[in-house]
Amino acid sequence: MANLANPTVFVDLSRRVLPWLAAATAALFALGLFLSFAAPPDYQQGETVKIMYLHVPAAWMATFIYAVMVAASLGTLVWRHPLADAAQKAAAPLGAGFTFICLATGSLWGKPMWGTYWVWDARLTSVLVLFILYLGLIALWRAIDDPSRAARAAAILTLVGAVDLPIIKFSVDWWNTLHQPASVFRLGGPTIAPSLLVPLIVMSLAFTCLFLTLHLMAIRNEILRRRIARATMLAAADGDRLKPEFAPRGA
Amino acid sequence: MADPHMGFVIAAYAVAAATIAAMIGAVVVDGRRLDAQMARAARALEAARLGARDAGGR
Repeated sequence: MANLANPTVFVDLSRRVLPWLAAATAALFALGLFLSFAAPPDYQQGETVKIMYLHVPAAWMATFIYAVMVAASLGTLVWRHPLADAAQKAAAPLGAGFTFICLATGSLWGKPMWGTYWVWDARLTSVLVLFILYLGLIALWRAIDDPSRAARAAAILTLVGAVDLPIIKFSVDWWNTLHQPASVFRLGGPTIAPSLLVPLIVMSLAFTCLFLTLHLMAIRNEILRRRIARATMLAAADGDRLKPEFAPRGA
Repeated sequence: MADPHMGFVIAAYAVAAATIAAMIGAVVVDGRRLDAQMARAARALEAARLGARDAGGR
């Protein structure tokens, strides 16, 4: 585990793991989509229940990725792990993407079931706050030129924003919401029928594998971006012969 | 499958597919661009080091 702190070891390991992860992601998506469309319609919601197979895994990933970013922020601020800030920076756009899928599919599910695309309900609003937090973190990384200062600022904002995670989870219990309460992760077990639960679990595994694949690739990109910056500085120090086009963008 | 709300299901899957494709595309394109930049930067570093050594030898 300590070896993974070495970026070269991490890049080598990710190069070996990525093809397998990508293949597992594709296989799980193929199986999950087949099971989703083969699953029976809900007795009340009809075929619109198929939106659940996208909406629920995306919602889980939205909060899971933020939890990963909280751990990475602690790695940056407390343990000063050399890859922690790269992991945090790489996760933010992916978290924003999954949160967008959660909000958009929820809205498309809400219209036929609730009669409205959006309502300022505690669950929906707290997930919208999470989406805005992701966008804010992406903007923060781009706004500060010095990577170590950007990493510290992003880590602090991530830790402050972590208060939104329990609000998202318990909003349906603390407030009277239009959104339904938890039906999978709850005391007493899931309330969903197995014929609907199995495709949901497979799709959740597919979303998790997709995130792991993209996150590994994005961390590798971050390491590469830093190597380019270092090579550019070394070349400038050695001979000052570099052309401006070698300067990395968005580092 | 003759559900009156099938349009919402199709729209949800289309939005999710487009977003996932955009995420994959962004990471892959960024990686390819950085690989090309890394190769150029490595060549430039090598040239700068050779130039510095030549200048030092004179």
